[in-house]
Amino acid sequence: MSLRNRPLTPLAPRHRAAMVAAASRHPLTAFALVFVALQVLLAIGAPWLGFQDPFQQVMVQRMKAPNALNLLGTDHLGRDVLSRIVHGYRTSLLTSTAAVGLALVVGGTLGMLAAYYRGWFERITMRIMDVFFAFPILLLAIGVIAILGPGIEGAAIAIAIVYTPIFARLLRGPALVICESEYVLGARAIGASDVRIVFHHVLPNLTSVVLVQTSLLLSAAVLVEASLSFLGLGAQPPVPSLGLALAEGRNFLLLSPWPAIFSGLAILFLSFGFNLLGDALRDSLDPRLRAV
Amino acid sequence: MSRRFLTGRLIDLGIVLIGVSVLVFLMIRLIPGDAIAIMLGANAEVTPERMAALQARLGLDQPLPVQYLSWIGGVVRGDLGTSIWTGRPVLDEIVANVWPTLQLTLLATLFGAGLSIPLGCFMAEARGRISEVVVRIVAIIGLTIPSFWLGIVLIFLLARYFPGVSALGYVPFSEDPLGNLQRMALPVFALSLPMLANLSRLVRSAMLDALGQDYVRTARAKGAGRRRVLYVHALRNALIPFVTSVGVSVGYLLGGSIVIEQVFAIPGLGRLVLGAISERNYPLVQASILVLTAFFVLVNFAVDLLYALIDPRVRVT
Repeated sequence: MSLRNRPLTPLAPRHRAAMVAAASRHPLTAFALVFVALQVLLAIGAPWLGFQDPFQQVMVQRMKAPNALNLLGTDHLGRDVLSRIVHGYRTSLLTSTAAVGLALVVGGTLGMLAAYYRGWFERITMRIMDVFFAFPILLLAIGVIAILGPGIEGAAIAIAIVYTPIFARLLRGPALVICESEYVLGARAIGASDVRIVFHHVLPNLTSVVLVQTSLLLSAAVLVEASLSFLGLGAQPPVPSLGLALAEGRNFLLLSPWPAIFSGLAILFLSFGFNLLGDALRDSLDPRLRAV
Repeated sequence: MSRRFLTGRLIDLGIVLIGVSVLVFLMIRLIPGDAIAIMLGANAEVTPERMAALQARLGLDQPLPVQYLSWIGGVVRGDLGTSIWTGRPVLDEIVANVWPTLQLTLLATLFGAGLSIPLGCFMAEARGRISEVVVRIVAIIGLTIPSFWLGIVLIFLLARYFPGVSALGYVPFSEDPLGNLQRMALPVFALSLPMLANLSRLVRSAMLDALGQDYVRTARAKGAGRRRVLYVHALRNALIPFVTSVGVSVGYLLGGSIVIEQVFAIPGLGRLVLGAISERNYPLVQASILVLTAFFVLVNFAVDLLYALIDPRVRVT
C-alpha cells in the first residue's frame, strides 16, 4: 500500500509516553477502555483463571450467601455464582460480538454501497432497511427466534438481523459525504475499481464512526441478549448465561437473592462499560461529534 | 401543513406498512416443517394426511402471492387468523390482553418523557467539568441498567420491607383504580428509566445548544426574564429532537414491556406472545407482532406530523 493511500487519520500512539499522554487528555476514555478490557479478558480467560467448575452441583451447598469458599455465594443447584457469572460473560460477549460483527459487515457494506452507487440501488436498499427498522427491536428479535428456535445461535442471528439496518443507516450518512470528497473523485479518475474505492478510501475514513457505534451497539446487544435469555429464548440450561441466571434466581428470590442480584450487576457492568466507551470515544476521536 | 408534505408522508407510511406485513406474512412460511407437525398437537398422531390438512387450513399449499393476498385481505377486514389451540379468532385474544400493555406503555411514556424535561433543564444548569462527568455517568447507568433486573430488585425490596403491599399482577383500572395504579407504579418506573435517562440527557444538550443561539441572545436583549428565555424560547427549540426521540422510544417501551410483564406477572400482550411461542401457536405470534409493529409505525407517523407542526422548516421539504 503506497503512502498516498493512507487514510488521513492520526496514527495510533505506539510509545508508552504517547499512550500516557493520550490517556491523561481523555481520562474517561482511558477508564472506559480499562473497564471494558478487564471484563473482556476475564471472559476470554475464564477457563484458565482457576475458577470453580461452573457446572459442578453441590447439593448440600445450595443457595449460600457469599462466603470464603464461594465469593459470590451459590445458586439453587449449589453451583458457584462467581464462576457462573464469569462464564456467563463468555456467553454474553460471544453472542453479542458475533451478532454485532455480522450486522456491521452486512449493514455497513450495504450502507456504504448505497452511498456510493446512489440511484435505484440506494432507494431499494434503504427502503428494505426502513421496513426492518419499523419493528420494535425486541419484538423483531423474538419473531426471528420464533422461526429459528430458542438458543444462543438463534439469539445471535436475531440480534444481527435487528442491527443490520441500524448500521446501514448509521454508515450511509457519513459515507455520502466522503463519496462526494475530492479524494474519492481522484481515485475514480485514476481508474480505481468500485470495490477498491469503497473498501480502501471510504471505509478507512469511517473508522471513528464505526468504532463509536460498534461500542454503543454492543452495549445495547448485551442487554438484548440478556433479555432474550431471561425470557427463555436465548441461552438454554445448563449454559452459563447472565440473563438465564437472573430468570432462575428470580424463582428463589426470597430464599437467596444473591444469584439474581450479582447476575444483574454483571449485565449492567458489561453494558455500561461498552456504552461509556462509545460515548467517550465519540468525544476523543472526533471533536465535531462532541456531545455537549 | 402543505398537502405535498402530507401525501409524501402517507406514501412512506403505506410502503412501510406493506413491507412490514410482507415480512410478518413470510414469517409463518419460514417455519421449518417439523414445527407444523408439532402444531398438530401432542394428542393427534402425525400422518401425512393430517399434515396436508393443517397446511391447507393455514393456506400453505397455494402459491405465495395468492397466500399473501388472501391473508392481507383478511387482515384488512379484521381477520388475523385463528388460534391453533383454542380455535378462537386471534384478534379476540389480542384484544383481551392489549389493555395492560397499552396502559404500561402509555404511563411509561408519560412518566419518562414528562419527567425528562424538568430533569434535563435542571441538568443543563449544572455545568462544569465534575458535574458534567457525573451527569454523563448517571445517565449511562440509567440507560444500561437492565429493566428486568431493576424490576426484580424492586420486587425483592418491597417483599422484604413492605410485605403487605402487593406489587405483582394486574387489576383493571375500572375495577380498582387505586390497586391498578399501585401495581403499575414499579413496572412503569423500571420500564421507563432508560427512556428517562436518554431523554433527559437529550433535553440537557439541546437546551445548552439552544441557549447559545442568536434568538436566545435576542430574547435576553429585549428584556425577557430568565424563566421566559429558558422555557419559552430555548425549550421550544430544544423540543424538536425530543419529540422524535419520544417516538423512537415507544418502540423500545413496547419491546421492554414484554420483559417487564414477565417480571411483574402482568397479563398483557408480552405474556401472550411468549406463551404463544412456547406452545408454537404461530398465528397468534404472527398477529401479535403485526399489531404491535403497526401501532409503533403509526405512533412514529404521528410524531412525524407533530414534528412538522413544531418546526416549520420541516414542512418545506
